[in-house]
Amino acid sequence: MRFLGLLAVLITGALLIYAADDFPDWGDPTAPASAYRVSRHYITQTHIETGVPNLVTAVLADYRGYDTLFETVVIFTAGIAILAILRVFPRKGDTLLPGFTPDAREEPDIILVTTSRILVPIIQLFALYVIAHGHHSPGGGFQGGVIFAASLVLLALTQNLKTSLALVSERRAITIACAGVAVYGGIGLSCMLLGSNFLDYSVLHRVLPGLTEIESRYHSMLGVEIGVALTVTAIMFSIYANLSSKGKLHDGM
Amino acid sequence: MEAAGAQKPGERGGHAVIWQFDLLILVLLVVSAIVALHIRDLLSAALIFGVYSFLMCLLWAEMGAVDVAFTEAAVGAGVSTVFLVATIYNTKRRSSD
Repeated sequence: MRFLGLLAVLITGALLIYAADDFPDWGDPTAPASAYRVSRHYITQTHIETGVPNLVTAVLADYRGYDTLFETVVIFTAGIAILAILRVFPRKGDTLLPGFTPDAREEPDIILVTTSRILVPIIQLFALYVIAHGHHSPGGGFQGGVIFAASLVLLALTQNLKTSLALVSERRAITIACAGVAVYGGIGLSCMLLGSNFLDYSVLHRVLPGLTEIESRYHSMLGVEIGVALTVTAIMFSIYANLSSKGKLHDGM
Repeated sequence: MEAAGAQKPGERGGHAVIWQFDLLILVLLVVSAIVALHIRDLLSAALIFGVYSFLMCLLWAEMGAVDVAFTEAAVGAGVSTVFLVATIYNTKRRSSD
């Protein structure tokens, strides 16, 4: 059986390597993906139509806004699913869950606490920069949200989970996650209310004072990125909190 | 479009890819993938997965896909390693096979 498995893997691998020869070269401008008129439109028109220099962000948040909206919903659903599976609540009458001893953990180490106090604000500031600067440089809602959640995880690792939960409690995390999806969907819906298609940001210039159509697309992308970042931050942190404490949200790792 | 068409595939802005760099990353990728599969200590496997993700991130960055590289560094190497370590902390550290 083991031999047959190895044989199947080897044959599949050989076929894959053989087939990879048919792929266009890396960075080939005549490759079908680059030569198709949609790519050409994105490459030549993005800056004119949206004013966004980073066309990856423009494709993600504007041209392919649906994809990113539902990616955010997928993250949200994953977080809710993990909550549904892992989270355990104390029964009535129980003050502490079994297996929980309040003094099981020693005092947090002073070197770790001091280092994290210096690092956490820098990480959070960088995360905000990544979110806000997503149209000009690499980055955006997903990356910035993950980096922001990482700062909360660092706080939980170096001190304890309670310190992080004091900042973002479970209830607050779920509220933020819902708010993120609502911000994204709300921007899409308000485009519909103004008589255009879902997520067609250019009509928003009618309600945003002093903005042209192009500028309203530019700024709506920032709004959408903020929505994504809110959901990703809250969900990533709540996944970590539940995984590390077996869903009890007392002191875990 | 004409100027771009004249450029040889595999070159970007007149500079060829540094193949020595690519080769080193790819060899390390294969090594870390095999080690992550074979090591019996799951904590080490999780950390080697982090190494794998960082190597992928370098590869993306080298090919000019900076946004993907950024995501790989933040999600692949950062948060998912933490998730794996948190899971191992609450389950068991030794692999049974």
